[in-house]
Amino acid sequence: MSSRQEILEKIQQLRLDQTELPTIPEFKNPINTEEEFKASIEANKGEVISQEKLMSWISESGFQKILNFSQLINLNTTYARIDDAHELDQLQVAIIDGQFGVGENGAIWITNEQVPFRAIPFITEHLVIVLPKNEIVPTMHQAYIKTSSQSYSFGLFIAGPSKTADIEQSLVIGAHGAKSLRVVLV
Amino acid sequence: MSHSKASTDFLRNTEHAKWHDETLWMIREKRDLASQKVPEWENLRTLASSIKEHVLSNLDQLLLEFEANATKNGIQVHWAKDAQEHNQIVLDILKKQSCAQVVKSKSILTEECHLNPFLEKNGIEVIDTDLGERIVQFLHQPPSHIVLPAIHLKKRDISELFHQKLQTEKGNEDPYYLTQAARTHLREKFLKAKVAITGVNFGIAETGEFVVCTNEGNADMGVHLADVHIACMGIEKLIPRRNDLGVFLRLLARSATGQAITNYTSHFRGPEKGKQIHLILVDNGRTEQLGREKFRNSLKCIRCGACMNTCPIYRRSGGFSYQSTVPGPIGSILSPGLDLKKYSSLPFASTLCGSCTDVCPVKINIHEQLYEWRQEITKANPNHAEILSMKLASGIFKSPLAYRISGILMRKLIKNLPDSLIYNPWNVWGKGRKLPETPQESFRNWYLNHRNNEQ
Repeated sequence: MSSRQEILEKIQQLRLDQTELPTIPEFKNPINTEEEFKASIEANKGEVISQEKLMSWISESGFQKILNFSQLINLNTTYARIDDAHELDQLQVAIIDGQFGVGENGAIWITNEQVPFRAIPFITEHLVIVLPKNEIVPTMHQAYIKTSSQSYSFGLFIAGPSKTADIEQSLVIGAHGAKSLRVVLV
Repeated sequence: MSHSKASTDFLRNTEHAKWHDETLWMIREKRDLASQKVPEWENLRTLASSIKEHVLSNLDQLLLEFEANATKNGIQVHWAKDAQEHNQIVLDILKKQSCAQVVKSKSILTEECHLNPFLEKNGIEVIDTDLGERIVQFLHQPPSHIVLPAIHLKKRDISELFHQKLQTEKGNEDPYYLTQAARTHLREKFLKAKVAITGVNFGIAETGEFVVCTNEGNADMGVHLADVHIACMGIEKLIPRRNDLGVFLRLLARSATGQAITNYTSHFRGPEKGKQIHLILVDNGRTEQLGREKFRNSLKCIRCGACMNTCPIYRRSGGFSYQSTVPGPIGSILSPGLDLKKYSSLPFASTLCGSCTDVCPVKINIHEQLYEWRQEITKANPNHAEILSMKLASGIFKSPLAYRISGILMRKLIKNLPDSLIYNPWNVWGKGRKLPETPQESFRNWYLNHRNNEQ
């Protein structure tokens, strides 16, 4: 007998009475989602900045390696063509579009539609996400309703930069992934 | 070794034990603040608990649905009845890829299966990539907490360790500096790895996708750069609908560390072009636990660690004192199901205060199950000395004369006998406990005297 069959039979032999699956209510919260979203991003150690500030940060920092995948912001990309995500180890800035944000926690939804390689939001030194102002939902419940008919192969909520507190509970920004997250609301 | 004996080691360094206690309590307080910001918090806990209740009552059907949908998406699903089979499946995939070095993000299941030593025995180097896990791996230690693997260590220890392993400056204890050293060290491993292993936080039957949560981004760094992703999942990690994620993700990080959400929440529905995803569904004792009516709902656990942070015993005894993969209150109700003899002292490592139950995001009645396990364990391994002393006490309490005589005797004896005789091995209650000072006279005498005075 295969392990699959064995496991399934062991469960079936218990003949447990099936309990009802509850319906999830809407949980409508009367909140200012944009303000809450900004506060959430900051709590996660990200930053919400204007488009002008983004441009001046990029020019002042003198970054050499930038990739822009945003449809909402015009900026020239350094790399002509990438064949493999490993080539992006030295990538300094990646700019991508977010589909929408979540007010209660600052999470921003992106899928494989936004990036040619899944590694990009992680391998880049700095991450910039451009997000339409009117695309912010209050809680995760609305977020899942909004994406229920999507057919992505990879979906991701990003809520801040890579971080850790594994050394004596001291918060350090920049563990393995992006060392900073800037969100531009347009 | 019993839990109380093992915790003696931890308590030897009083300063460190105090830090451990206070730090975990601080995390518990952060959890309180975060949960209080969500008006429907209690409602979410009830929902999460009943969703998991449904999962456990319908597990076979949901597993089949999950398998069918995952397969349709291009994920290769494997089934493992125990740890050994799980480890063999992982090894076979690695061999097929001719992979000698694998990166792994946090997975309590692979700890439970002792995957690392198994792979190492078979000539494969495993690199744990979560910072805390890498630290304890360097020390050849298991994690001491399921969310905070290196919470038993101080930065002094880590600085010394990194000086030896990663050639950091001697004496530099700056957490940022040490983290950057680990980043550089692990970046190189990520770029080289052909296969990456992760755990699974949630598997969704409806869509066949699975979700992995991290703050460091190490799971994603591993899998997106590797050709093959192996995801190891306990069969109880299923949830029926994608919408259920809304409930669980609102509870998970808030309960774990007081964050509103982990910074990365990755949804894997299918492999990237030209790559592979293997998902291993593991039983390893879960179906047995499912059959134990009193302990069944321990399988609802989403591994947030809130019960550890709040537990007065865990905070003051450290994760290693439990000597089981999952320590703390939840570990003390899961582990006896795996090996009743080995883990027989764990359900007693509790004051039964119920704080674990109060913070549990899926409303597992942890303290009640601890009490139930005590009954099972006492039935299985009766302590004859304790039974005898209880019988003796019962006889004395039943007879007023015997009670009076023993009272007079004990007041004299306890005062005058040496401790070595009072705290003898037969006095099972004397271990770790001290008798109160004996009064001059019995209450009965005192009452009789005072009543006479007043009249």
